[in-house]
Amino acid sequence: MSTLIVDAVEAPTQSSISDLEAGPPGSFVVTLIIRRFIPEIDEEPRWQDFDVRVLPTDRILDALHKIKWEQDGSLTFRRSCAHGICGSDAMRINGRNRLACKTLIKDLDPTQPIYVEAIKGLPLEKDLIVDMEPFFESYRQIQPFLQASGNPVRERTQSVAARERFDDTTKCILCAACTSSCPVFWTDGQYFGPAAIVNAHRFIFDDRDEAAKVRLDILNDKEGVWRCRTTFNCSEACPRGIEVTKAIQEVKQAVLRGHA
Amino acid sequence: MSLKSTDLPAPAPARKLRPTRTAGRFSLPKRPAGTVYRGGEGMWSWVLHRITGVAIYFFLLVHILDTALVRVSPEAYNAVINTYKNPIMGLGELGLVAAIGFHALNGIRIILIDFWSVGTRNQRLMFWIVIALWAVLMLGFAPRHLMHVFGGE
Repeated sequence: MSTLIVDAVEAPTQSSISDLEAGPPGSFVVTLIIRRFIPEIDEEPRWQDFDVRVLPTDRILDALHKIKWEQDGSLTFRRSCAHGICGSDAMRINGRNRLACKTLIKDLDPTQPIYVEAIKGLPLEKDLIVDMEPFFESYRQIQPFLQASGNPVRERTQSVAARERFDDTTKCILCAACTSSCPVFWTDGQYFGPAAIVNAHRFIFDDRDEAAKVRLDILNDKEGVWRCRTTFNCSEACPRGIEVTKAIQEVKQAVLRGHA
Repeated sequence: MSLKSTDLPAPAPARKLRPTRTAGRFSLPKRPAGTVYRGGEGMWSWVLHRITGVAIYFFLLVHILDTALVRVSPEAYNAVINTYKNPIMGLGELGLVAAIGFHALNGIRIILIDFWSVGTRNQRLMFWIVIALWAVLMLGFAPRHLMHVFGGE
């Protein structure tokens, strides 16, 4: 017991190698293989492996922090709230889009190396960071804001049932895990992508909003909802559990009907 | 002397711990490409649907051409059809039926995803039903067909 306390006290002052050899009870060493790309020195992205001592309940984000803080400060990734709300740290973990802050080590197979790379389909800027601008441009195009006439003196009331209609799509945090998991988006960057359609759905089916027709017209486009091939990667990747493909299908049917 | 963090790719000390493993895994293959996206049933059914669809398209192209030979002359048609009667084409026919069977059944699944209100929620189950039905149909077809191809008449 005393040795454990000593280890815990000494750990911060030791080098990372001895830190790997001892650690808190239940911890183990896991290998992260990270797709690095530093535009100043790399012509092509390269894979680099890091051994990190983690607890089963640690998240991938914790492991990335340990690497950045203790082994290689040049490792670059986005994260803000670190609690699955801000949507900054979507990345491809073992071949699937996940939030690093919501993926526990124990939910992966820690006996195998864990592959971490940037999300696909958006321009790679550095290490795990991509240029999100094309993603947000699609989002802006579907007019993601309430458009209602009149000048009400109190709040616009809405029935519980009417609110329930679009409840699922209000949960989006714009992390781009869905859009960058879509095979259509990878090969056709013009496609609006699941996230934009989800956020259109949020307003199309809001009975206080009056611009549903405008958004349906925008999405009734060659690069709109009809590009969806129902691969369900988006629904599977969404860290908020939004039934993304279902929302896209509902927008398709609304386009056919001509109204929400 | 000051270095920018971007000046060096910072050797990871962890590498030295397991030199044999890391050397075997990383010094040899250069893998700039990303990993293959590990989608679920939905993505792989789409991939299969695409592959079988393109394969069927090329079959139809040939099929229309050889059938059109009847208008040239019945002898020409028979001559071409007779060249198909060999084991390689026999296996090709097995593959063709397998592709059409999957494409047709999965097509029904996609229609249900599009128009059935709970289709999206049951897409995974429907995929496995498609695979099961396809396997049953192929089990009925493949032995009989292979008997024709390899049994001789």
